[in-house]
Amino acid sequence: MTIAEIHRLLRERLGTIVSDDLRDAEWPLCDVRGQSIAEVCAMLRDEPGCDFDCLSNLSAVDRKSDDAIEVYYHLFSYRHRHRLALRATTPRPDPILPSVAQVWPIANWLEREAFDLLGVRFTGHPDLRRILMPEDWVGHPLRKDFVEPDEYHGISTRRESLLKL
Amino acid sequence: MSTNAIDLDIVREHPQGLETEEMTLNMGPQHPSTHGVLRFVVKADGEVMRRAIPDIGYLHRSIEKIAEKVGYHGFMPYTDRVDYVSAMQCNQGWAMACEALAGITVPRRGEYCRVIACEFGRIASHLLSVGATGMDIGAVTPFTHAIREREYINDILEELCGARLTFNFMRIGGCAWDLPPGFTRRAIAFLDRFEPLIDEFNELISFNKIYVERLADVAVIPAEMAIAYNLVGPNLRGSGVRYDVRKDAPYSVYPEFEFDVPVGTGERGTVGDSYDRYMVRMREMKESCKILRQALAGVPEGPVVAKVPRTFRPPAGEAYVRVEASRGDMGWFVVSDGSAFPYRVHIRTGSFAAMAVIEEISRGLMIADLVAVIATLDIVAPEVDR
Repeated sequence: MTIAEIHRLLRERLGTIVSDDLRDAEWPLCDVRGQSIAEVCAMLRDEPGCDFDCLSNLSAVDRKSDDAIEVYYHLFSYRHRHRLALRATTPRPDPILPSVAQVWPIANWLEREAFDLLGVRFTGHPDLRRILMPEDWVGHPLRKDFVEPDEYHGISTRRESLLKL
Repeated sequence: MSTNAIDLDIVREHPQGLETEEMTLNMGPQHPSTHGVLRFVVKADGEVMRRAIPDIGYLHRSIEKIAEKVGYHGFMPYTDRVDYVSAMQCNQGWAMACEALAGITVPRRGEYCRVIACEFGRIASHLLSVGATGMDIGAVTPFTHAIREREYINDILEELCGARLTFNFMRIGGCAWDLPPGFTRRAIAFLDRFEPLIDEFNELISFNKIYVERLADVAVIPAEMAIAYNLVGPNLRGSGVRYDVRKDAPYSVYPEFEFDVPVGTGERGTVGDSYDRYMVRMREMKESCKILRQALAGVPEGPVVAKVPRTFRPPAGEAYVRVEASRGDMGWFVVSDGSAFPYRVHIRTGSFAAMAVIEEISRGLMIADLVAVIATLDIVAPEVDR
């Protein structure tokens, strides 16, 4: 199946959950309604002809001006060597998306990273806790409005410029 | 559990056997075999691990956040620090992502210089990996042989860009420097010297009985598991999946070169065992030599860098590019909002996936084999944490 055929199949099966337009690029991109992302991913992995057996990447982006958080899923099929990118959008004040860790095990860590750095909560994730930052860190550093704290456990994060000493 | 324990009288008196308790051991973050600062919490039953839970983040330097502050050109030196054992391909990944955003074509000579630099980087990285594998399981001498050759490559790359580890060699649109005079001659002289040494290294250790037994059939990763965990590069190919970004999603001038993609065949045990992963790296060094000889013989004339404005403002949009780094398919996801600073950068690395798979494959392994697993998965800590 070509990517256009896969997209048509998704539209037939799932209707408006998947956006009508498929942006032509090296990784063709279509939008997916956030709350259905796990369902779409499971179908793309299992449907014969789609066989997306690998989640190549999962990246979250803070779109502060749209008050939204976008999560990009880059899907790859080793069997057919085809690629597809999905984009799920979730409201910024309370970003919640279904987890795809049951679909691809690598999503477990990638979702933990997106949770740690951007605060996206993935429902159904088996072990959603911070992965890179310390467990007691406050806030999500890759949010656009994140302000670096002045100190961490009494260790100052500020220092005078050498030129001012 | 040692089988001797069964013979003890105390066991004979207890038909159900000895009450045993699961041990929780800490390994790392400062441990000589962890190649940087990695930490595992090991749940063990005697010498046998029930599972090893990786704990990462000790080398997290927020490189992705820094990218948002320093601009496109300014981020290049930071990419060296993503994987400092094999920095050239990180340079290339970042440059290619920016070029994809802005639609820049790299001059052919620039692409050749990139390929030459990257393949030398790959050999240097694999040398460290195979040398350290030996050292981690108790064979110290081969490490010195590997490092000796790696020093020559460092010399070569130093000629190219003035640095031995963090190269900052590439630019958006090409490379910072052209090949210095006499570079081709010296590079070929090195290859002439180095290629027979791969066979010597094999004879020194790869076919050594003790070495083979420490690696063969240890931590087998079947192909389906490797794909589901998004293992990449030699770890994926060790499981028998013939996939190399340079061949299967070609970029730069790689389609112009002839080379093979070695995969694990289970030659001493099962497909996907530690020995397969190790041997894939040994064979890839030979393939890199092949590419280097072709590239060095065919460097075209012309500029090495395209004209790129000093204030680089790619149009708004996002790009996801992959390069075949030494630790495999490295994904660079870059979002531009049209300003002079990247809006978001995400680097998806091979070691991150390799680290994630350990918890699953550690079940039932001996504690002493954990270091062999880390070594043959070629995990480099800065690449995990970024």
